[in-house]
Amino acid sequence: MATDTAIHTQEFQVNMGPQHPSTHGVFRMVLTMDGERVVDCEPHVGFLHRSMEKMAENRLYIQFLPMADRIDYLSSLFCSVAHCQAVEQLMEIEVPPRAKYLRTMFMELNRIASHCIFFGVFALDLGAVTPFLYGFRERELTMDLLEMTTGQRITFNYPRFGGVAADLPDSFFAVAEKFLKVFPGRITDYERILNENEIFLARTKGVGVVDGARAINYGWSGPNLRASGVNFDLRQNMPYEAYGELGYEAVVLSNGDCYDRYLVRILEMRASHALIKKCLEGLPDGPIVKEKVSKFPKVPAGEVYARVESPRGDYGLYLVSDGTNKPYRYKLRTPSFNNLSMIREMLPGVYLADVVPIFGSLDVILPDVDR
Amino acid sequence: MIIHPVLSWLNEWWQGVVATYGLPSCFVPAAQMVVHAILIGGFIAVLVLFLIWLTRKVSAHIQQRFGPMRVGWHGSVQTVADALKLMQKEDTTPRSCDRPVFNIAPFLAFAPTIVAFVVIPFGDGAIIRDLNIGVLFLFAITTINVIGVISGGWASGSKYSLLGGFRSAAQLVSYEVPLVLSALGVIMLAGSMKMGAIVDAQSRIWFVAYQPLAFVIYIIAATAEVNRTPFDIPEAEQEIVAGFNVEYSGMKFAMFFLAEFANMFLIAAIAATLFLGGWRGPWLPGEFWFLAKSFAIVLLLMFFRWTYPRLRVDQLMSFAWKFLLPLAFLNLIITGLILVLI
Repeated sequence: MATDTAIHTQEFQVNMGPQHPSTHGVFRMVLTMDGERVVDCEPHVGFLHRSMEKMAENRLYIQFLPMADRIDYLSSLFCSVAHCQAVEQLMEIEVPPRAKYLRTMFMELNRIASHCIFFGVFALDLGAVTPFLYGFRERELTMDLLEMTTGQRITFNYPRFGGVAADLPDSFFAVAEKFLKVFPGRITDYERILNENEIFLARTKGVGVVDGARAINYGWSGPNLRASGVNFDLRQNMPYEAYGELGYEAVVLSNGDCYDRYLVRILEMRASHALIKKCLEGLPDGPIVKEKVSKFPKVPAGEVYARVESPRGDYGLYLVSDGTNKPYRYKLRTPSFNNLSMIREMLPGVYLADVVPIFGSLDVILPDVDR
Repeated sequence: MIIHPVLSWLNEWWQGVVATYGLPSCFVPAAQMVVHAILIGGFIAVLVLFLIWLTRKVSAHIQQRFGPMRVGWHGSVQTVADALKLMQKEDTTPRSCDRPVFNIAPFLAFAPTIVAFVVIPFGDGAIIRDLNIGVLFLFAITTINVIGVISGGWASGSKYSLLGGFRSAAQLVSYEVPLVLSALGVIMLAGSMKMGAIVDAQSRIWFVAYQPLAFVIYIIAATAEVNRTPFDIPEAEQEIVAGFNVEYSGMKFAMFFLAEFANMFLIAAIAATLFLGGWRGPWLPGEFWFLAKSFAIVLLLMFFRWTYPRLRVDQLMSFAWKFLLPLAFLNLIITGLILVLI
């Protein structure tokens, strides 16, 4: 017969977020803890819901273009390129080759910017402060290049229906040359800081393991999926813009733990660097925007699914048009939401200290989750 | 060489005053104590202001920044401005806290650090009390610090600070053992626990040459003792926000902060005394050598802090018990064997 004097352990709840240094925005987890171990996790999303889809349906296509940048502010170019691609596919507009190359090049620059932030923030999540500032230093270089052409640093509003808004300024090439020369060495710096750091390896290897089948079941995409050994990258499997001509081979790793999710992104930065180099070398001449495309188009009735490989994964846009100048239905399939969906299954059993790197390694961005 | 003559001159002058005016003789040690307390308090205050500035500058330069630049030359008065700001801040007390414990915890954390400076030899003869159990006293008194941390974490009434407090307890208990064991090797060599005697024993060769393993163990365990990265899990910002001091503000927070930085210097000063020959060095005054050696160790701790990620709590424990502790015992056995055989 159990007596009341026996020593019990008691589970308690810790409310992590929405204001917490490492929930990357406003994500809330109600963690049930047994000492330092997580027993259950109840995620809450929606703090950043701005009803992007509904807003798109109430605006002209061109009016939503700058707003699309706000869906995922760290990789804003991908959102607006997807928006343009959907409209172009319905209107059957062929984008001039120079515009395709420019879009591709700036998307890759944007990807580097996003992965730089991931690198910094992931290290910060593990308690290393210095890589954070290194990551931001290199992001600044890509921002400079984007700013020279688009005039903006974060939300670029760069693509247009049938092309892009601006051509490269003359001073661009010298700066780009310098960036291309400097950047590989900086990635080597990153690798030297973390890749062989004993503590970093102990904290990330074998933590938060997800195998390929489970990743597919949860609809994972992007670097997270490729870290689990699934060879799927839209740039390689369903090329769009200039990726078909440039050729791209996806970076795939097999372990599916936090370390591989980190490493995939580091390797992708190198791959992006190579793509930018190829883009600049093979940049065709010609117009940057298709002539005679209305800025306020009436899009023919029909439906289309446009998808791009954003730094977070497979960014999809399902657009239904009823032939007016506004979308009838604008459905977003954002990668962060699907990547985050497994968090409840991944967390039980790990230490509280591992919650942060597991969440961080998914590289979700909350406006992209909540839209 | 600098402090000792000044102190003894002061002492003689005061004895003269006491004798001339026929004051009770107990005034002599009492005045001495007051002077010592002021000296230590002043030294710690200035030291911490400088250390905070140094931390910010070192971290800034490692991270390709400038750090504070506006207040004074290269931001040198920035910490004074920060201290003034902290003093003006409202002293908030959370409703759910255990009020008396909450209020006393910062002082419990800070007081042992001041006391510990009593047995630190700053220079030739510049030691306030050269106790015959000096090293034992040091390790005993610095451990009291953890009571302040735990009670602060417990009394805050917040789960984050509770986790921080318990982590701190677990960590300090684990790392105290290898820390003391690594110092034992030095005590065996010197044959005394007196800080002065240990420095004297190193007049020819520093103990780090005889005890390299103990020195490494000491530095690692000491980093854990003062909660610096990679062992800063009690205040892991990314996990438990700020751990035990999350609810503290104003001067109470400043007390924890003061204790942290003073402890960092203390641990470096002990390392300099036990392993690097203390104040001994050629030509220049002993005080200079003592400070130079201590700050070299402080810089090392800072480099750790701005380079490494943080360990997880279970990794931290297994590292202490499965790796550091056996190594420390091994070092002790080897030292003993050599001493017996030679």
